[in-house]
Amino acid sequence: MRLSLRDLSVSFPDPAGDMRPALGPISFDVAEEDFVCLVGPTGCGKSSLIRVLAGLLPPTSGSARYGDEAIAGPMDSFAIMFQDANLMPWRTVLDNIALPLEIAGLPRDIRHEKVQTLLLQLHLEQFELAYPAELSGGMAQRVALGRVIVQQPRVLLLDEPFGALDALTRERLSLELLRLRQRYVQTIVMVTHDISEAVFLADRVIVMSRRPGRLVADISVDLPRPRSPAMIYEQRFLQLTKEVRAGIEDIRA
Amino acid sequence: MQKKVKSSAGNQDKNASVRRAMTLRRASPFLTVFVLLLVWQWVSAREIISHILVPPPADVYLAFSNAMADGTLPKHALVTLEEMLYGLLIGVGIGLVIGYAIAKAPLLESILSPVIVGFQSTPIVAYAPLLVIWFGSGLASKVVTTAVIVFFPMLVNTIVGIRGVSPNLRDLLRSLKAGRWQTFRHLEVPSALPVVLAGLKTSATLAVIGAVVGEFVSQGSGLGFLVTSARNLYDTPLVVVAVLTMTAISLSLYGLVAYVEWRFLVWQRRSIL
Repeated sequence: MRLSLRDLSVSFPDPAGDMRPALGPISFDVAEEDFVCLVGPTGCGKSSLIRVLAGLLPPTSGSARYGDEAIAGPMDSFAIMFQDANLMPWRTVLDNIALPLEIAGLPRDIRHEKVQTLLLQLHLEQFELAYPAELSGGMAQRVALGRVIVQQPRVLLLDEPFGALDALTRERLSLELLRLRQRYVQTIVMVTHDISEAVFLADRVIVMSRRPGRLVADISVDLPRPRSPAMIYEQRFLQLTKEVRAGIEDIRA
Repeated sequence: MQKKVKSSAGNQDKNASVRRAMTLRRASPFLTVFVLLLVWQWVSAREIISHILVPPPADVYLAFSNAMADGTLPKHALVTLEEMLYGLLIGVGIGLVIGYAIAKAPLLESILSPVIVGFQSTPIVAYAPLLVIWFGSGLASKVVTTAVIVFFPMLVNTIVGIRGVSPNLRDLLRSLKAGRWQTFRHLEVPSALPVVLAGLKTSATLAVIGAVVGEFVSQGSGLGFLVTSARNLYDTPLVVVAVLTMTAISLSLYGLVAYVEWRFLVWQRRSIL
């Protein structure tokens, strides 16, 4: 099923009570199994866009639909991962990852079985019983990744998930995401401010303008899959990042 | 090689000194009590202050064993304990419920704040007689004074605890389509628990004040009554026994809550450091 955004816009009241546009109007479609990255300047409404898709923020006008269904609240088959790991400090790694299953009412043994498999995939098996305070930033984000993957979402929404991490951890987690995606996830919409990350991960990079964010460029990434870190030195990769950068430069001009 | 040996020996020294410092820190409260007892014994042995004012430890011990033997101490202590526990149950319960409601509906805070702040600003000792007139001189009035006094810390800490729940975690639960009950159970309760337990610690120590104030005002039984009646007979050793028993009850309740805290908040003790 496709995600389709039609003339979607979001406004927030300013301190004086007037509505200030934060996003859009913006329209685009995301085909099933597409990996779309949204890039744009800070404050362009990327996060608002993700929150609308997650059903956490009602659009001021226009619509977001998944297939035939309008997104009016959190959707069953969607999962969202936030900027910070957003873990529950009182739950162990295992129980943090199992939370969505617990909310969905799955019995304990099935929960644990599912999480155990995932812990191995995420190289977290030694941290099963650790608490978030005992984890490094990269580890915590890995757990957060586990918490969305365990839901096997049809649409995964990522709001700058690796933004706070160092370059190396970031690259490892990106590769991890690509690997897990083949098995567990279908469509991905990800917000990032890192151009090479966007090009490296996505099938399509959408460049947004300054606040209120509109679509200024929609660039297809035709790099072959599976992607490998070596690709970032290839001619085509550089060309694509230049294209995206040009889109962003246009906004500045 | 030699250097290595030397440094590991240095580490051992360091560990030993750290351990010694830890032991000293654990022992020091007991040391304080011991020194106080010594000073007490010394003061009364030399009769620097009259025995009627400061009875020697031996007299207090005698009063204690007499009061235990004839059953007066257990009887009055149990009365006070009962008042405290009922008072805690009611005051803490109401504090939790109203605190949660206020945290969820700020309008309620505006409506209730004059009553709550008014109650809190008025010294309980001043209106305790009024409570006795309303609730009689039996168990009820003391339970009410206790409940009133333990209510406020619970209320405030519940409000702070629930308002402190991370909005990002609320978003997470919303995206997982968690129901009200699930949000309460999986997010609000565990998130507010540390602050609520801190409030309960305060309430546990305040409970004895409520009960004893009630007992001072309306005669009958309880440790507060024991203090008044012993004082009227100039039986200072018994007064001291009754007061120390209050301290013991209060400390035990505090210790109980501290244990619950230690037991249930394992995650707070764990960190990279």
